[in-house]
Amino acid sequence: MVVDHVSLTVPLGQFVCLLGPSGCGKTTLLRMIAGLDSPTTGRILMSGRDMTRTPAHERNFAMVFQALALFPFLNVEENIAFSLRLKGIGWRERRKRAHELLELIKLPDIGSRKIEQLSGGQRQRVAIARALAQEPALFLLDEPLSALDAQLREHMQIELRQLQQKLGITTVLVTHDQREAMTLADSVVVIAQGTVQQIGSPTEIYRRPSNRFVAGFIGRNNLLEVEVLDRQHVRLGSVVLAVAPIPAGVVSGEVVTLAIRPEELRVLPQGSQGGGTLPGHVSFVREIGERVELRIDCQGRELVGSVSPSDWAAACAGPVSVQFMPGAGTILTC
Amino acid sequence: MLARLRAAVLLTWPSLALVGLVAIPFLLLVRISLAPPDPNGLWSAGTSLAAYRGLMDRSFAGALLYSFGLAILVAAVGVCVGFPLTFFITRMRRGWQVLWLVFLLATLTLSDVLIAFSWQVMLSKRIGLANLLVKLGLMEQAASLTPSFGAVLGNLIYLVLPFTVLTLYPTLSQLAPELLEAAKTLGASPLVAFRTVIVPLTKRAAAVSFLISAVLTLGAYVAPVVLGRPRNWTMAVLIGNAALAGHNVPRASAMSVCLLTAALILAGGTIWIARGRGNR
Repeated sequence: MVVDHVSLTVPLGQFVCLLGPSGCGKTTLLRMIAGLDSPTTGRILMSGRDMTRTPAHERNFAMVFQALALFPFLNVEENIAFSLRLKGIGWRERRKRAHELLELIKLPDIGSRKIEQLSGGQRQRVAIARALAQEPALFLLDEPLSALDAQLREHMQIELRQLQQKLGITTVLVTHDQREAMTLADSVVVIAQGTVQQIGSPTEIYRRPSNRFVAGFIGRNNLLEVEVLDRQHVRLGSVVLAVAPIPAGVVSGEVVTLAIRPEELRVLPQGSQGGGTLPGHVSFVREIGERVELRIDCQGRELVGSVSPSDWAAACAGPVSVQFMPGAGTILTC
Repeated sequence: MLARLRAAVLLTWPSLALVGLVAIPFLLLVRISLAPPDPNGLWSAGTSLAAYRGLMDRSFAGALLYSFGLAILVAAVGVCVGFPLTFFITRMRRGWQVLWLVFLLATLTLSDVLIAFSWQVMLSKRIGLANLLVKLGLMEQAASLTPSFGAVLGNLIYLVLPFTVLTLYPTLSQLAPELLEAAKTLGASPLVAFRTVIVPLTKRAAAVSFLISAVLTLGAYVAPVVLGRPRNWTMAVLIGNAALAGHNVPRASAMSVCLLTAALILAGGTIWIARGRGNR
C-alpha cells in the first residue's frame, strides 16, 4: 500500500508542505487530492463536499508538476490563458488576465515568447501563473523547484511564499527538501512509508519531533539510548544529564531515546568543568560556512556538534569535552 | 581543407544515387509520355501531346478522382485506427510494446499478393466471414463478400496500418503523460485534453502517417484487381492495363505523370496544413 491511514485537514488559506523521503507516498497523496489517482478507500472533502469521485477537471484544483508540463506548442501567454480558453472566456479578457498574471510573477514582457526560449526559473513562474489563472480552490505543487540550482531555488521559495500570502490561496506542496518545507510552510506534514509521522508548524517539527524518524529526518540530530532516572534526569553511560521533562507514562529505569541537536551541545576544551560533560576527541571536521560541524568520538559514541569558526579555532583544536545543555533535547519513546 | 573535401565526397553519393534512381527514370517517363505511340513497339521517335490529349475525357478524370478519394479514405481510416492503437501500445509495458512492434513488422514481410488472396478466402461464401455474420444474425444467408469496394478498402487499410503505427510510434511514445494530466487539472475533460493537447503535439506525425498511407494506396495494384470489380480499379491498375494489354506505353506514362502530379499535390497540401497549423 502506497498511502495508508492518512487523515489530514488543510485549513483555508494555509500553506501545507508534505515532507518525506523519496517513495514515501507524498506525491501519491497529492495526486489523489488532485484527482489524478483514486484512493481505494477513504474520502477527500473540500469545504465539506465529498470530492473523492469528482474527476480532476471538475475539481478546480490547480497543480504545478515536477516536470512543469508547459505546453510546448503554445507561447507563454497562451499557456497561461489555457484554462480560461476552456472556460470560453473571450480572447480580450484572456489577454488581460494573462498580462495581470505575468505582472504578478514579475515577467511582464515574455507573453509572446515560446516555452523553449525561457530559462528554468522563468518556466517555473509561468507554470505557477498558468495554474493560478483558473483561480483555483486549492493550489497543489509537486516538487516544482527540485530542478533548479540551489540559489535560484531559494529565491523561488521566497517568491512562492510571498505570492501565496498575497493571494491567500490554500496551498499544498510536496517536497523532500526540509529546508524548503521550513521556508514555505505554515504547517509541515512529515510522511514515511505511506503514513503520517507528525503534523505541526516548522518550529514544532524541528524542536519537538514525535518519533525517531522525524528526529532523524528533520535537521541533524544525535539519537542516544539513555536510561530514565526520574522526571527530569537520564543516565548516558556514567553521566547524569538534566533533560526536558520526560513524557508521561515513562517510568524510571526505562530505556528511551534522547534526541539532541548539535547546537544544543557545547564543545569545550578538554578538562572544562561542569555537569553533564562527556570527554571525547574530534574525529572529523566539516566547515559549512557560518558553522563548523564536528564529529566527536565520546567513549565509543559518535556525537555531532556544531561551533562557530572562531570558537573552533580558539578552543577546540585538540581533545574536547562535550557538555549537554540542561533541559535540552527531546525524549522519544518510539 | 582536404578533410572537408573528403566529407563532401562521402556525403555526395546519396544525392547522386537519388538522381540516378529517381530523377533519371522519372525524366524517362516524362519523355516517353511525350512520344507518339507505336502499336508495333513501345513508342516512336518524335514529340507529341497525343497521350495527354487522350486523357482529356471523363473516364480518366473519374478514375483519377476515384484513386485520389480512395487514397484519402484509406489514409484517413488508417490514421483514425492506427492512432488509438499506437497510443494504446505506447502505454503498455516495454516488453509488450516490443512484442507489438515485432508483430507489426512481421506483417510487412508478407507479400501483398498473398494477403489479397488470404482476404479473398476469408471473404468467400463457403468458409469465410459471411458464415460468422449469418450466425450473428447480421446476414440472412452466406454469400461471397468479394468482389466489392468494402473488400478493397478493408484490405488496403490492413496493408497501411503497420506503416501508420510505425510512423506514429516515436512521437506518441515520447508524449509526456504529465501534459495530459496538466490539461485535466486546468479543466479539460479527457476528450478536450485529447483535442487541445494530444492533437497539436502529434499532428505532424499524423500528417506524415497520412501521407505515407495515401501514397501507398495511390500505387495499390493487387488488392483492387483480386478483391474489386473493374469499377473499383485504381489508377495503378489502369496504367498497367494501358501498358500491358493496350500496348500504349506513352498513354501509360502520361497517366503515371498525372498520378505523380496528383500525389505531389496531396503531399504539398498535407504538409501545408500541418505546417500552417503548427505555426499558429
